[in-house]
Amino acid sequence: MSATGIGAAVRRKEDHRFITGQGRYTDDINRPGQAHAYFLRSPHAHATLDKIDTKAAAAMPGVLGIFTGDDLTADKVGGLICGWMIHNKDGSPMRAGPHPALAQGKVRYVGDHVCVIVAETLAQARDAAEAIVVDYGVLPAVVDTASAAGAKTVVHAEAPDNTVFNWHLGNKDATEKAFKAAKHVTKLDIVNNRLVPNPMEPRAAVGDYDDGEGAFTLYTTSQNPHVARLVLSAFIGIAPENKLRVVAPDVGGGFGSKIFIYAEETVCVWAAKKVRRPVKWTSDRTEAFLSDAHGRDHVTHAELATDADGKITALRVHTTANLGAYLSTFSSSVPTYLYAPLLSGQYDIPAVYAEVDAVYTNTAPVDAYRGAGRPEATFVVERLVEVAARELGKDPAKFRMQNYIKKFPHQTPVIMMYDTGNYAASMKKALEIIDYKGIGKRKRDSARNGKLRGIGFSSYIEACGIAPSAAVGSLGAGVGLWESAEVRVNPVGTVEVLTGSHSHGQGHETTFAQLVSGRLGIPIENVSIIHGDTDKVQMGMGTYGSRSGAVGMSAIFKALDKVIAKGKKVAAYVLEADEADIDFADGHFKVKGTDRTLDFGSCALQAYVAHKFNGQDLEPGLKEGAFYDPTNFTFPAGVHICELEIDPETGITRIERWAAVDDFGIVINPMIVEGQVHGGIAQGVGQALLEGARYNADGQLVTASFMDYCMPRADDLPSFDVGMTVTPCPSNPLGIKGCGEAGAIASPPAVINAITDALGHEDIAMPATPQAVWRAAQKSIKRMAAE
Amino acid sequence: MTTVSLTVNGKAVSANLDPRTLLVQFLRENLRLTGTHVGCDTSQCGACIVHIDGKAVKACTTLAVSLDGASVTTIEGLAANGTLHPMQEAFREHHGLQCGFCTPGMIMSAVDIVNRRGSVLDEKTIREDLDGNICRCTGYHNIVKAVAAGAQAMGASSAPARQAAE
Repeated sequence: MSATGIGAAVRRKEDHRFITGQGRYTDDINRPGQAHAYFLRSPHAHATLDKIDTKAAAAMPGVLGIFTGDDLTADKVGGLICGWMIHNKDGSPMRAGPHPALAQGKVRYVGDHVCVIVAETLAQARDAAEAIVVDYGVLPAVVDTASAAGAKTVVHAEAPDNTVFNWHLGNKDATEKAFKAAKHVTKLDIVNNRLVPNPMEPRAAVGDYDDGEGAFTLYTTSQNPHVARLVLSAFIGIAPENKLRVVAPDVGGGFGSKIFIYAEETVCVWAAKKVRRPVKWTSDRTEAFLSDAHGRDHVTHAELATDADGKITALRVHTTANLGAYLSTFSSSVPTYLYAPLLSGQYDIPAVYAEVDAVYTNTAPVDAYRGAGRPEATFVVERLVEVAARELGKDPAKFRMQNYIKKFPHQTPVIMMYDTGNYAASMKKALEIIDYKGIGKRKRDSARNGKLRGIGFSSYIEACGIAPSAAVGSLGAGVGLWESAEVRVNPVGTVEVLTGSHSHGQGHETTFAQLVSGRLGIPIENVSIIHGDTDKVQMGMGTYGSRSGAVGMSAIFKALDKVIAKGKKVAAYVLEADEADIDFADGHFKVKGTDRTLDFGSCALQAYVAHKFNGQDLEPGLKEGAFYDPTNFTFPAGVHICELEIDPETGITRIERWAAVDDFGIVINPMIVEGQVHGGIAQGVGQALLEGARYNADGQLVTASFMDYCMPRADDLPSFDVGMTVTPCPSNPLGIKGCGEAGAIASPPAVINAITDALGHEDIAMPATPQAVWRAAQKSIKRMAAE
Repeated sequence: MTTVSLTVNGKAVSANLDPRTLLVQFLRENLRLTGTHVGCDTSQCGACIVHIDGKAVKACTTLAVSLDGASVTTIEGLAANGTLHPMQEAFREHHGLQCGFCTPGMIMSAVDIVNRRGSVLDEKTIREDLDGNICRCTGYHNIVKAVAAGAQAMGASSAPARQAAE
């Protein structure tokens, strides 16, 4: 291993600009003559838009334009799209209403976009918004996930029972048969609480129009600028792709919420041409709460069947998923193909059957949030398994190991072909780290101090490296999920890599450079990673689903193969040898069995000066591109164990220890990977203990600021013990599985399993706030007294 | 409009401002010092923390016109003569940042903790004193390590200076 190659904890190349205040985020961009946009948002969850009177507002100081949905229609600007078609059980397509960027006729959630005001300053735009008179015909709202289907209030006429789809996966008959034959059935009702992703950088957009070129530029907080361009161009109709440049500069966190193509950037780029001025919009935090796509929000009944030996024989679930008021970009895929295929967990379960009903409600759209479907699946599986072990009187670690898949490849009953893994190795290592043998004594010590101590497990698996294009196409995806890369070698041997992946905290500028530095044997300083600009990088699918390592880096790997192959041809001419006799290692081309070598930089120079070969026999230059389409999903897996202590007098839960052992396959930079695990755990602990987006019965979001929605802070969390096991992924050339979402997937059930272990009963839901835990602890105390 | 004169990162600055202008707007929009960020509107997240007369303050809830005669230091003013501040160096060394958005506020807050509590900080103190800064990426694990190391480095680098002064 070289000091900067694969496996080295290289300090990040991008950090200098961030620690000195020189990061360049979208809101830091100011175009000459820039105007400001403010969106007037609906204060009602559900209402007809009877009249929008903008006359007085239009005459106010600084106002450049006020636009409604009718103006978009007049310009033939289409609505926002959902890019994944789901089919109902009966084979019919899902039922979806239109999703206009600015409301037409009706508003459907608090924060829905009524109109936009563009003015010289933001303050003037806000002032003008107050002078707009809107006649709303307020309608009853449907808010509750479980009762939305068939409610009297209808969100979209296209889905008269508020049901977008009734979908299923798995083998229903085999599952029913297995349940009939079961010795024991464990049953749970589970609510997976609605979350707000809350990257620290709020969304922002700057639209610009160049009349001379007839071309638009959009600077936006996006995880996938090329997908944004594709959608804005081909579906929404802003401009042809060659006349629309999308730039996603430094992006301050995404966690899924910046995958989607939203109303605001659509309107900003379109309005730039209307007012012939650059138009900027930056979300404030409350707007982010109201209008960023939310996550999770499932209501589930789940059952697990076991035989007389404690072998799991079947699992079945019924889930109702709240998709909010409109279908966001990838919303329909989250509670379906990103959820049910993971319901086999790490276990050899012969029969699995899942039914999912997706509903419209008068709430913000719900889409992918870190893990996207896989945390929901893991919560179901790991809660069921933990409770089953308790009901059967078995040790939860041993019960898991008994039921782990041990032979690979393994075909689950729900699509996935797991390629490799060693689940017991991760469990054993995690048990050591947490000192499982000592838990009895630690529980007794806590009890002596009047505290309740619990330990909880989570054996998670996820499907990452999203995804083989043909496979997702057959499941309803509207796009292919390959990745592209271009490696440009400069004449002096420095290298620029253009990638379709996008870094918004993951450290690609470092990890991708490690790959190139190691492979080409050149200093890491000589490698620059370029991403996030559709004028520079030809095409890409962006960063989500832990795909940038497994898919994005594999594309770079393929392009590097081509660079080395071309380099060998050049070296053969220069070294006057046969191409077949040229080896490349440690940054040098070498003629086999001789001491004749050509270093990589000199080879690059020779490729460009083209003096040693005939340009007709070999093209000058050294630049190669590649598209990589994965052959399978990747399957990161691991075991997280949470140990915590509850103070029954205050309901406060303190996490005392956290052991995380993950198998991410080959790791490029362990420092960065551990950082991803830490951050993921924190988000999962947030879901389990602190975070919950709440709408009241009228559809008002009552948790719309950091005062009301509890984000995890430094003193809510412990330090984490992170370990790793490695089974290289066989389906990509680097052996990478991916690590971005693991922590958020693994941690919620570990926390809740630990809390219920401490409480001695299962009656607690997420978020387990001090109030909820206090109530649950009183029940435990009563029970203990009765015993 | 109100006139205000203050020092920002060692340079004298005067401006004629709408009295409702917040310090963070003045820094970002008038002075183009975009290292100070806005992450919320309720003084919760700390992405906007700067130092006013040596103390950490949230620039999103400070009126610029209230700072006549004050001295403001932002993240851009922390490195001296091209040398990173020990706390900046510690955040890089210990991977105390991912997306970088909360980082300027975190670093300014961390320097303030050391100024208030000295250079030997235990984990509990660091975690409690970072209560006014939210990070969504790191889970705080590496930020806590960075602050402890940065504090130690600040102590080591100021010791010779103190001795010289004495």
